[in-house]
Amino acid sequence: MGRTLSVVEQPNWVPGDIDVQRPSVARVYDYYLGGSHNFEADRELARQIVEMAPDAIPIARANRAFLRRAVRFCVDAGIRQFLDIGSGIPTVGNVHDIAQQLDPDAKVVYVDIDPIAVAHSRAILEGNDNAAMIQADVRDPEAILRHDECRRLLDLDQPIAVLLVSIMHFIPDADDPAAIVTAFSDAVAPGSYLVFSQVTHQGPPDPRLDPAKELYARTASQLAVRSRESIEELLSGWRFVEPGLTHLSLWRPDSPDDVELGGKAFLAGVGRKG
Amino acid sequence: MTRELPPDRPAVPVSEPVSVRVTFTRAWAKAIAGLSYLPVGVTEVRSQLAPLTDQLLAALLAEPFVAAAGHRVGERLVELHFTDTAALNVSIQLLGDLSAVLADEQPDTGDAATVTARLTALRCALAAGYADGLRDRTRAEQETISRAVLMARDHAEQALRSSEARFRAVFETSAIGIGIGDLNGRVTDANTALLDMLGCTLPELCGRSITDFVHPEDEASVRRAHRELLAGSSNDHVRLDRRFHGKHGEVLWTHLTLSLIRDDQGAPRYQVAMLEDDTERHQLQTRLRHQALHDPLTGLPNRALFLERLEAAFERAGSNARVGMCYLDLDGFKMINDSLGHHLGDQLLRAVGSRLDRCVSAPNRLVARIGGDEFVILVENTADTDEVIEVADRVLAALVAPIRISGHELSITGSIGVVERAIDATLPIELMRDADITLYWAKGEGKGRWALFDPDRTAREVARFTLSATMPAALERGEFRLDYQPLVRLADGVVVGVEALIRWHHPDLGTLAPGEFISLAEETGTIVPLGRWVLVEACRQAREWYDLVGERAPFVSVNLAVRQLGDPGLVDDVRRILSDARLAPQRLQLELTESAVMTHVEEALGTLQALARMGVRIAIDDFGTGYSNLAYLRRLPVHELKIAGSFVEGLRDDAPTDTTDDDLLNVTVPGETRRDPVDEQIVAALVSLAHTLRLTVTAEGVETSAQAYRLRALGCDHAQGWFYAKPAPADEVTHNITG
Repeated sequence: MGRTLSVVEQPNWVPGDIDVQRPSVARVYDYYLGGSHNFEADRELARQIVEMAPDAIPIARANRAFLRRAVRFCVDAGIRQFLDIGSGIPTVGNVHDIAQQLDPDAKVVYVDIDPIAVAHSRAILEGNDNAAMIQADVRDPEAILRHDECRRLLDLDQPIAVLLVSIMHFIPDADDPAAIVTAFSDAVAPGSYLVFSQVTHQGPPDPRLDPAKELYARTASQLAVRSRESIEELLSGWRFVEPGLTHLSLWRPDSPDDVELGGKAFLAGVGRKG
Repeated sequence: MTRELPPDRPAVPVSEPVSVRVTFTRAWAKAIAGLSYLPVGVTEVRSQLAPLTDQLLAALLAEPFVAAAGHRVGERLVELHFTDTAALNVSIQLLGDLSAVLADEQPDTGDAATVTARLTALRCALAAGYADGLRDRTRAEQETISRAVLMARDHAEQALRSSEARFRAVFETSAIGIGIGDLNGRVTDANTALLDMLGCTLPELCGRSITDFVHPEDEASVRRAHRELLAGSSNDHVRLDRRFHGKHGEVLWTHLTLSLIRDDQGAPRYQVAMLEDDTERHQLQTRLRHQALHDPLTGLPNRALFLERLEAAFERAGSNARVGMCYLDLDGFKMINDSLGHHLGDQLLRAVGSRLDRCVSAPNRLVARIGGDEFVILVENTADTDEVIEVADRVLAALVAPIRISGHELSITGSIGVVERAIDATLPIELMRDADITLYWAKGEGKGRWALFDPDRTAREVARFTLSATMPAALERGEFRLDYQPLVRLADGVVVGVEALIRWHHPDLGTLAPGEFISLAEETGTIVPLGRWVLVEACRQAREWYDLVGERAPFVSVNLAVRQLGDPGLVDDVRRILSDARLAPQRLQLELTESAVMTHVEEALGTLQALARMGVRIAIDDFGTGYSNLAYLRRLPVHELKIAGSFVEGLRDDAPTDTTDDDLLNVTVPGETRRDPVDEQIVAALVSLAHTLRLTVTAEGVETSAQAYRLRALGCDHAQGWFYAKPAPADEVTHNITG
């Protein structure tokens, strides 16, 4: 449930505050997965969220597992270019790990707005000419697509995979998430894929999520929980491959043993353009 | 991170065809799958764990027994990202079942006690290995993330530094002078451009206020703007065009922008002054403005500046303020220009301009050249009219001394129109107009003098002008009519002719006599069409009478103005008019005043001869009032003399109409005070003269029977006057001749 997005808008040449006292969605997510790329402020917040929503940890893992399966699916489908937006702390099992394991020439561009996540990623990606990390805001698709690294690594005339995994629930309706999705849809070639997951509620909004929303408000991100209908509307430009938009562990599990019945708070899927 | 183990842990079925080792690995994988940082499927976990199962089994059987294998497996679990400690918990519990695997695969293994002891040691070592691995991993990850923070900070600081460097470069290389000051206005930093403009070094400037460098005349306004900025009463920027002291003490014209910079909370932090050198543009503007507002020849203000000052004087004026103006025009300048050349004329104008400037210019007086040889002087805040007259006198006096130019001694005079009045009672444009009008009075009164504006005179002139301006339209609208006054033959009292007299039936002013508008018509030239109309109408009327009564019909006598006489088309006009009216020329008499004929005799002679040859009668009107040249009179083709009424007046008395000639000659009868024997002798002499020249004589202004009697006695041929008939519309004449 935690990838990274800051809502603080800044001109790209003025650095933001680097404040480890303020929890980061990226580091909370790392903590859920069992990592130690986090600080006390992050862990404190993570523990409070878990108290509120005990599923948080298995959901984080299920989301991670979905990402892994979806990237493999894309590679199998012939995709060799990936644009992962809101990539967070990219330790093991990240997109370039998965894709380049299958084809070392696969190109990956990570995007995040959290300066620490960006610095971390750059350290990890040092020496990897086929992967890059850029600092940008998902709400400015133009800036992302125009970025030098994006232009260096990605050929938009060929199909790519755009990953909006566990990020769009940090974009409130006021920021026009549909326009963001549309901007990426319009920019990519036919045959491209969209890997998508986000928090949902079934039926009426789940009041249990309200405290979580408040907690996330302490980070630089806010939580926008959406119904299946509004998510489908958001992604209306994409044709979703089987089994469509579904719960994280139900999306093409490796084996029946991997299916967990929890984690229904998320919808995930992979769409194809054209 | 508390994850309970499944309550019933899977038993290992002994009789399975699959080896117990495989069963164990499966169970282990199922238990810890999902507890990895890298969530992979169960199948993958099985293949990861299978070698670990093998290592553990091997260690159990090895001789001598070494527990270190357990340590390595523990470390390996961490390497495989099973960082959730629940994975350790489950693994240690499951390891208890490894003895069953051993029993299945190696039934001959030593005693159970030994196996259990070895297994315990392995489980302990695995726990220690896992702890070591996790501790190292945690340390490494903490280091990584801390390094990332440092890198991010470095990056941020670097970006900040380059951003600052960028701003510094912009600040330093800006062409606009920029100074940064604290809230007390003391400069703390300034760029090169500002230091250059103010001509000081940074240490010299620091601690001082920008306002110290403002030009004294602008200082107060800059300080005021500055106070308002700090008070926050206006917005956070103030823009002004102000003068500064430049580095060499010169005046520096600038666009000055003062800004207040606030912190995130909105509290003022410091202030910024931006100074843009605008001197060149300002100088250019000043020069252009001077050029636009001054006469290049004399250097005096031109009409535009004069009007600007005049308007300003009116705008500034308090109540009761008065203003005066002298409108000067050089007399005969055109002649000087034409005879001595424009170059000399220009030099003369320059000399006059400089004299005027010297003798008049003062803070409340402005001399301007507003065109040609016209100068105008504005006198502001006058006390009374005398003050302006005094200026006019001084100007005339200043022109008295001859002006020496290129060897010529030129004496020039000027005429001045003077106006002085309360500002409340007038407008700038009225002042100009009245001064201009008054100038022409001064010219008309003989030049070389001033005239003072007289509102009554203007009113009269305006009325006259209005009248003359409306005359052509009045003619078209048919507002003019002819009245006719009979000319009676004294011998028998028969009406032989009528004098046509024009009347203007003005819609507003009523009926106007010729004396009220003929001279105007002569001035404006309207007399030509008007005179033609009179001829046409009179001839038409004469023909009408002729048609009614034939030869008994009276001829018409029409007055001809001097301008008509000078009109080269007159003869043709008369011929055509007569022809159009089908009137015999003998039935038309043209009356000319004695002075008109005599002053233009050379030009008039041909015209009169042509008219006379045509058969038209020519009469000299008002004979005896002007100067007649008898030699000319003899040569002129004149048929009749009309004796002016003023002589006839002396013939009035109460004498009965039927007295004898003797009575008439008794010129000394007491009590007959209105009878003037001199007049009578003059009339007698005139009649005699006329008859000598074979001219007939008509006496005008006959009002009494006595006059008529004496005129007849003196041999006068015809008479005209109220005694016989007043001028009357044509109908009345028609009635009389037909009745």
